[in-house]
This record gives sequence, C-alpha cells and structure tokens, in this order.
Amino acid sequence: MNDNQTINRAGLISRRKLITAATATAGVALTRTADGRVVQTTAQNVPETPEDPTKVPGATSSVIGGRSPFEQPERILTSERGARTPLQDLYGMITPSGLHFERHHGGVPQIDPDRHNLLIHGMVERPLKLSLRELKRFPAVSRICFLECAGNLYWYGREENTPGDICGMTSQSEWTGVLLSTLFREVGIEPKATWFLAEGADAAVMTRSIPMSKGWDDAMIAYAQNGEAIRPEQGYPMRLLLPGWEGNTSIKWLRRIEVADAPFMTREETARYTEVYTDGTAHMFSFVMNARSIITFPAYPNRLQPGWVEIRGLAWSGRGKIQRVDISTDSGHSWASAQLQPPVLSKAHTRFRHLWQWNGAETQILSRSVDESGYVQPTGPELVKMRGRPDTSYHLNPITAWTVRRDGAVVFRVEDLWQGVG
Amino acid sequence: MRIAALLAAALLLTQPGSAAAKAQAAEPAAACVPVDGTPTDGAAAQDGRQKEWPVHFGFGHAPSAEEIAAWDIDVRPDGTGLPTGGGTVASGAAVYAATCSVCHGATGVEGPYNILVGRQPGDAFPFADDPTQPKTIGSYWPYATTLFDYIRRAMPPETPGALSNDEVYGLTAYLLHLNEIVPEEIQLNRESLPQVVMPAVDRFRVHER
Repeated sequence: MNDNQTINRAGLISRRKLITAATATAGVALTRTADGRVVQTTAQNVPETPEDPTKVPGATSSVIGGRSPFEQPERILTSERGARTPLQDLYGMITPSGLHFERHHGGVPQIDPDRHNLLIHGMVERPLKLSLRELKRFPAVSRICFLECAGNLYWYGREENTPGDICGMTSQSEWTGVLLSTLFREVGIEPKATWFLAEGADAAVMTRSIPMSKGWDDAMIAYAQNGEAIRPEQGYPMRLLLPGWEGNTSIKWLRRIEVADAPFMTREETARYTEVYTDGTAHMFSFVMNARSIITFPAYPNRLQPGWVEIRGLAWSGRGKIQRVDISTDSGHSWASAQLQPPVLSKAHTRFRHLWQWNGAETQILSRSVDESGYVQPTGPELVKMRGRPDTSYHLNPITAWTVRRDGAVVFRVEDLWQGVG
Repeated sequence: MRIAALLAAALLLTQPGSAAAKAQAAEPAAACVPVDGTPTDGAAAQDGRQKEWPVHFGFGHAPSAEEIAAWDIDVRPDGTGLPTGGGTVASGAAVYAATCSVCHGATGVEGPYNILVGRQPGDAFPFADDPTQPKTIGSYWPYATTLFDYIRRAMPPETPGALSNDEVYGLTAYLLHLNEIVPEEIQLNRESLPQVVMPAVDRFRVHER
C-alpha cells in the first residue's frame, strides 16, 4: 500500500525500488535493510523480468517457494530484542509466520528438538517429562487467535508513524498443539492447585505464573504455526499459548510447568508487566488484552486522491469476538458501522472495511471496536484518567486517529498523552 | 520495629496466597470446562472427544527426583526453592563491582542499563504522575525473593546462570543494602531472605478481569 513511497520514515531507500533498479540493469545493487545492514542484491536472486511473460517459458518447479522478488515486506526492527509486524503491508487476518512480531528477553535460542523436553511437576499426581515427539502423540487441536505484546503502543511524539510503528506488536496465526487441559488430565492435578509456573528454555529462562483456570480453559502447548513447525522467534519447538492474554504469558521455548497453590511473583509479573494507576497502586496479573482497532489503510505514509476510498483495518479483543467496529470520517462527530469480514473468531484479529468518499477537505478518520462482552475501546484521555502518564505502554489501547490533509497526506494524529511511552 | 517487620513478613507470606485463593474461589478441581464465561472454542470442542479417551495415554516418562531438581530453580515469596548457602553485603559488593557495574553503574544508579538503586521520599509511589521516576528495586519491587530468583536465572546477560548460589545471595544482600532495606551486617540465606519486607509490597493489587 505504500508502493509510491520511495523514502521511508527513517530516510532509507526502499528495497523494492533498489531491486527494481537492479533488475533493470541486471547488475549489483547495495540495499540497506530495516536494521541498518547493507546487503548485496544481485541479478541472481532477482530473475530477469521478460517484457512479455507469455512469450517465454516460466521457471521450473522448486522444493520451497518464496515471495515474488517484487514483494519485500519486512518486520520493523526496534531493538535486538524486538520487531513489529508491518500491519499496513498485510491482507486478510493471518500474519505470515516470518512477519509475526518478535519480543524476547534473552535472544532467540537455537534448540535441537530431539534434546528438548517438557517437564510437568509440582502439585500433580504423576510428574511427567515429554519429548516433542511424545507431545505430538496426544490428541491435537488447532485454533486461530491473535497474540499481542502487553506493551503495544508507540509513537515517539511524531506524525510519521505507520500502523506497524504504533501497534505492530500484534500478529495472528493458526496454532496447532495440545490443549493444556489434556496434559493436566494426564498428570492429575491436586485439588488445592490454583496457579502454575511456565518457564522457557531461553537465556532469560522466562517465567510467568498463570491461574489454573486458564490452563483448564483454552491454554495450549503449540508446536505448529500456520501449518508448519513454530518459527524459532515464536518459541520453537514448543510454546505455551494463552489466547487473548498478554503475549509475555505465552512462554516460548517452554520447558517446564510447575503446578502450585500461589503465584510465584517472578520479576516479569512484579517489576515488569504491571501497570501503575493514579490512585497510587500498581496492578499485577492484568492478563486480558482489551478490545482494540487500527485503521491500516489509509494511514501514514499513504497519499490519497479525492474520490472513493475503502478504509481497511484490524480489530481484536482478548475477551471474545469483535461485535462491531465504528468508523468516523469526520473527526469523531459521527460514526458508522464497518463491515466485518467473516469468519469473526473469538480472540482473533478481525478484518473490517468501510467505503468512504473523500471530498478533499481536511479531516480525521478513526476506528472504535466493541467486543461481545460490551467493552468499548476507550479514548486516550479516558485511559489517562485512570493510568496517568506512565513510562510503559502495558495495556494501553486507545482509539487511534489519522489526519487526512488537503494535499492527501495521511499522518498519525499525535496526542501528547503519555510522556514516557514510545 | 522488629515485631512490625515480622508482622509485615507474615503479611507478605499470606498476601499472594490469599489473593490467589480469592481469584480462584470458583475453581473446579479437575474438569475441562470454561470458568470465566468467555467462549472457549478449543476446550469445548474437546469435551465430546474426551469421553472416548483412555484414562491415561501413557506417553512420556516419570522423571526422577534428580531430573526435576535440575530444572526446579524458582524461588517463591515464602522462600520455597531457596538453596543452602548465603552471602553478605561485602561479598556481594565484590561480585557486583566485577560483574554487574559495567551495565548498572558503580553504585546501581549510573546505568547505562536499568537503574537498580533508589527510594522515593516517604516511600511514595508517584509513577503514574511522573514517568521519569525509575522503578528501582527499593521503590517498586514488591518481593525480595524475586531478586534472588531473577539474578540466578538470567544474570549476567552474557553468561546467565553462571553465578554461584553464594554469589547470588551476596548480590541480593548488596542491592537490598544499597536500597536501604537491610543493614550492612545482614547475613542473607534461606531463612533470612523471605523475612525481608519490601517498601512497595502493599502497592500491588491483583487486577480484576
């Protein structure tokens, strides 16, 4: 959608333009990737493009497919420990596995699946250790759901933000694995158990405490993502998956589950992943990701021409299905219901669309989601009233507005609400 | 003073459990049913199938006590999981200078990475009003045991898990002392560490979902 954008926000020349140039000259081009590395793009990985593809035979079969060399969406690298999904470059409801957001605290471990095991112990009748192969023998289940980082709001105090910049720490996959309830049934849970600890096999040995109710409900140990093995960044060879809950709790590279009768109070659920409130408290175990939406087109850096525009975007809620998405094209004065693309799934990204005729006048366009629990996506000022101006973006899901200028430029509407966020 | 500390320690021991117990009051012991009223496409779809399942599938193996102990490294607020051994402020200061100061600064306030040391005047909790205030161990961390658990599992970042239990006890003592929470002569071990009461413990609430 940003094909016409030759210089992106960081001032880097887009790969597509350079690759096109390389194709034209059948030579070598130097391309700077989003993380600042300079790589050589040669005619070797960009086949010569015939003038008329009906007049020459096409390529032969291959053992693995790839994207057209003309399509180069990339994750938005933010640090060595995180990268966001370019929401503005995607269609439909599924995030390609290679563009799923990344967030890790000790790097992405390389794990030999034959040497990885899952231990379940603590308040269980029969402690159990499972290899990946053994885990896969249990009855399997697949579901589509989103996964969103607890802290998913950034804007750096500037107008030049893409949807992925603002909230690209959410992605959606079809996950396949074993329901945790299946394994709880296998090991036998002691009646007094109320929480379990999940622990990863990464350098952070990441740990979170999870209520047993979530384990019995819809928690899953996933080993596959979008039809293939989970990607290393998403927890290969197995991860906990807690639909609708803050991503940090879905422990990746899962190696241990310890059942207990109290939370463990790990660093990531006390010193981190807690939210301060203006009443002088901090909330812990917030877990559920509340309803959110974002217009992904038109958005920065698109440039509109007057006439018909299909507004497109994503809405999601950790509480269940999206019931409605309201769209305003007059800066919030009036609202209309957007069309929701079926299937509308529980705890899943839902694609919405709304046809709009832009008359060329400056305006703001906004989206507001409502989920089946009746929760309405709040405005920024409503959140500030409760949360103040915190230094983290945990569980901040404000309505996001785009300003459409008379020259067609679309920019993020900056709200100076959170001094420290971003 | 000492009695107050012990009372607060008792509060510390019971608080997480009681909060959890409250949150889990309606918990079914062993049934695959949704409990929070939200749609559960995954679990619900399994219910019908489970009727035809064997009591146990029998996959995997029963781990030995040694296999469990090798991975069971977590430490809880009541001290469960703390190893033998111990450390002092002085022993921790030496480890800190050699291992930690490069990232956290000579006295825990200089950075460049997370600021570890500092108390708010009157142990105030102004973080929602002033996002520039660092959430130090002394001003924000609710449990002292978390410090031991986290240092032992994840620090230092280039060689996580390399510190001995005595070194971790020492670092915990040193950082708690820099935050003016324990006296210089403290001996930290599996008995004394769970007794340490953190200034911010009463600030935390379990979020109501």
